[in-house]
Amino acid sequence: MKPGLPYLSLITFLPLAGSLVVLLLPKTQERAMKVAALGASVASLLLTFCAWTRFVPSAGMMFVERHSWITALHVDYYVGVDGLSIAMVFLTALVTPLAMLAHWKLKDNVKLFFFLFLLLQTGMFGVFTALNFFHWFIYWELGLIPMFFLIKIWGHENRTYASFKFFIYTLAGSIGMLVAFGFLWMATGTFDFVELRSLAANGDLAKKIAVFVGDVNGRFGWHWNVTTFTSVLFWATLVGFAIKVPIWPFHTWLPDAHTQAPTGGSMVLAAILLKMGVYGFLRVVLPIFPSQVAAHVDILLLLALASIVLGAFAALAQTDFKRLVAYSSVNHMGYAMLGIFATAATAGPEMLNEKAAALNGAVLQMFNHGISSAALFFMVGVIYDRTHTRALAEYGGLRKIMPIYAGVLGITMFSSLGLPGLNGFVGEFLIFKGAFPVVTTVTVVATIGLVVTAVFLLQMMQKVCFGPLNEKWQWLPDMTACELFIGAVLMLFMFLIGIYPAPLLDAANDAVLALVRLF
Amino acid sequence: MRTDWTIYVTFLGAGLIMLLPRNAKNLIRWVALLTGVIGLGIGLQNYIAYNGWVDANQPLKDGFWHLANVAWIPSLGVHYHLAVDGLNFPLVLLNGIVCVTGILFSWNIEERVKEFFAFFLTLIAGVYGVFMAMDLFLLFVFYELAIVPKYFIIAIWGSTRKEYGAMKLVLYSFIGSAAVFIGILAAFFAGGGQTFDILELARHPIAGQIQVWVFPLIFVGFAVLAGMWPFHTWAPTGHVAAPTAASMLLAGVVMKLGSYGCLRAAMLVFPSGLAHWQWWIAWLGVIGILYGAAVALVQKDFKFIIGYSSVSHMGFVLLGLATLNRDGMSGAILQMFSHGIVASLLFAVVGRMVYDRTHTRQLDELGGLAKTLPFACVTFVIGGAASMGMPGFSGFVAEVQVLIGAFKMSPWLAVAAALSIAVTAAYILNAIHKVFFGKDDEHHGTAEVHALPPITVPEIVAAVMLMAALVIIGLFPSVMLDMIQANVDIFLKGMP
Repeated sequence: MKPGLPYLSLITFLPLAGSLVVLLLPKTQERAMKVAALGASVASLLLTFCAWTRFVPSAGMMFVERHSWITALHVDYYVGVDGLSIAMVFLTALVTPLAMLAHWKLKDNVKLFFFLFLLLQTGMFGVFTALNFFHWFIYWELGLIPMFFLIKIWGHENRTYASFKFFIYTLAGSIGMLVAFGFLWMATGTFDFVELRSLAANGDLAKKIAVFVGDVNGRFGWHWNVTTFTSVLFWATLVGFAIKVPIWPFHTWLPDAHTQAPTGGSMVLAAILLKMGVYGFLRVVLPIFPSQVAAHVDILLLLALASIVLGAFAALAQTDFKRLVAYSSVNHMGYAMLGIFATAATAGPEMLNEKAAALNGAVLQMFNHGISSAALFFMVGVIYDRTHTRALAEYGGLRKIMPIYAGVLGITMFSSLGLPGLNGFVGEFLIFKGAFPVVTTVTVVATIGLVVTAVFLLQMMQKVCFGPLNEKWQWLPDMTACELFIGAVLMLFMFLIGIYPAPLLDAANDAVLALVRLF
Repeated sequence: MRTDWTIYVTFLGAGLIMLLPRNAKNLIRWVALLTGVIGLGIGLQNYIAYNGWVDANQPLKDGFWHLANVAWIPSLGVHYHLAVDGLNFPLVLLNGIVCVTGILFSWNIEERVKEFFAFFLTLIAGVYGVFMAMDLFLLFVFYELAIVPKYFIIAIWGSTRKEYGAMKLVLYSFIGSAAVFIGILAAFFAGGGQTFDILELARHPIAGQIQVWVFPLIFVGFAVLAGMWPFHTWAPTGHVAAPTAASMLLAGVVMKLGSYGCLRAAMLVFPSGLAHWQWWIAWLGVIGILYGAAVALVQKDFKFIIGYSSVSHMGFVLLGLATLNRDGMSGAILQMFSHGIVASLLFAVVGRMVYDRTHTRQLDELGGLAKTLPFACVTFVIGGAASMGMPGFSGFVAEVQVLIGAFKMSPWLAVAAALSIAVTAAYILNAIHKVFFGKDDEHHGTAEVHALPPITVPEIVAAVMLMAALVIIGLFPSVMLDMIQANVDIFLKGMP
């Protein structure tokens, strides 16, 4: 590929540069800090847009930058995007500035807030663009620390507990992943995702692991079993990502973290941080451990199913607006995981199209959930800012005094619910269409989730906007222009993708097919 | 200027300060700072040349830059032999950084300023000397030169139980020194009674049976200072008693003197002895790692947490050295540098930024400092993240390499050592929570906001320097790792 602008590095490091500007601005210049932060983030968005227009789906890895970095460990600085990541980069670029905008009126510790937010954005961009485990992992952790502080400092009443729980769960997952990649490195001498993928595809990875295990056994007189050892590596990696997604039963950090985080934090957490986990399955787990995924696919499908169904029922039982939305994320990510695991459910070229449809649906679902969960959490934030309560029972009849709010919430709710014509439908439809012939029983049971999803979302809508108005809230003002703008941008994408999903699907399709052919 | 000028410049600075009038406090501070900066500058300039990033006018010889090699006491075979290589250059640089930042963090000392900085610079000069000495006798002389000022700094300017802490430190060091001294004499006579030169002794190996008994004398003698379990107990009390700059020096460079001595004077000269005791060292290292981390977890005093964490982190150095493979040993040397910076940074936050303002270090009494001292909070979080081994900071690269090296030696070592990472995360998070948030959360805004004096410019400059070092080495470990590995390879080639 001919050398061009180093798009990905620019996109990734612009927020970092912005964070330094924020840091250096004098304490009193709060407005300047906000403008600088938003400016850096929007500049990244524009660059991402330019990159997208130049993106060629069939070209494989694009915008590749590769420089020798740590020679001692054979680590390259290696970034690139393909169909699996381009949409995620765009989602990151889109949602982060909106989340910052949601805190435009912030007065408490402005400097630190926007500094952390920009740092977080660099981390997220990095996770989706880095192709070498070593610096990918730096970004992965960089996503963790700012979020910990966003929850800890600007969170709600139970923030300490929630932030620590979030931190410890994610850290535990990361350590397992780190250990697994340490072993992979010792066996293969590379941290490179692309190289590991091709090693796995031509069978060299298994051979190298066997040689490594043989070596260890020979040296220490042990009797490690190659299959068991590979499985341990596989599960360690998988659990690290599963915690982030989160897949049932690793999800318990999520309701707390989401509920306690400030609005912008929840938006980014739901829209992007969860996707880092799903993306990990696409970039790492499936390509590097295809035979292990295939071997354990029944358990994995069951876990995805549990996320869908139990997540939906848990959401149904919530009395807290934000917690309800949080559990809906567990449910929605379950659909994405169903699409992903369905890919591995059968071997060989049969049902290639179906599996590709399911995986395409999963990739689309990642983007869709990013848009609609960000919108939902934003809408919770809008009402919380006014009422300082999240109890569903306290609301009711808001449609009368806040008609715009009710309208936006309605559209968002339908997008999340999967109403045809809105974005959520396309992704879920593809997943179910693709998964049905491959894993029929699981798919059928998963439809219970669909029904319950509809019930809890409609019930939420009803409790918030319909019924008798709580007299306390007579005075509530409707959405401000700024709030409406954020809602409108997100709604624009709900409609766009709902009506014309082709650009996103085209971008992903080639990479998805390549991934499906691994099985 | 050659790298050995760091020693002379620093001694000169100390001497100059002795000549200055007692009351010219600011002048004294600036002279000390200037001395430190010149030392660091010489180190950096040569570091760049050594790595071949600019034209070096001096070629490497067998992986060394020989700086001086003249007969000193010919009848005893003592040479004034100084050299740098990939194993000690990172530490020379570390010493320069800790010196400059330590002076900056001591800017507020008002009591006996002249003596303080004179002792401080003498200590630094001695440390430079130890790191560059290639003659056992010379190394020992510099080593003693560094220990004596240590005692006075703690005993005069220290805080909690300072006499006890200072005395304990000195007793331990002297017992260690005595062992080293006997070991050095044994090496001299067993090596033919001709030379104390480390490289000469290494070239003509001493009989295996003698090595087996002399090696532990020298190794343990130095390892006492490196905080090797079970000889670590001086470290926490010493750290706590010491004034900020001295804690920084203790954890930052003096503990490295110990581990460096183990490497240069024991491991290099007695390869067969090393092979014999390798497993003992590795396991003691692992015990130190776990023990230090576990004890840090239950401390109530902010400074004790950092003190015990140093024991834990130095365990990684010993473990890495004992692995005797490329990954482990390179990791160990990088960890020496990394821990030097991290410990300096954390002690600076605890001692200078927090304790000097609040006059308490009890976790239960502190709280909510994130509001009043945000800079201290940010600094501690970054230092803490580096201490936990977060990727992106130097500690990560170092610890991962040590773990890989340990795994190659025995997976159990690696597993046991890796457990400590979780414990480290727990005690660092706990400290962050209790000191910088804590109270504020419980009383929710009612906690009285003490009017603490704001963070001063010298503190900010010094903290930024240390943080920059952590990030630069974390993101570009090659600038250090390449030279370390080159010499580790040479070392390993010499092993039987």
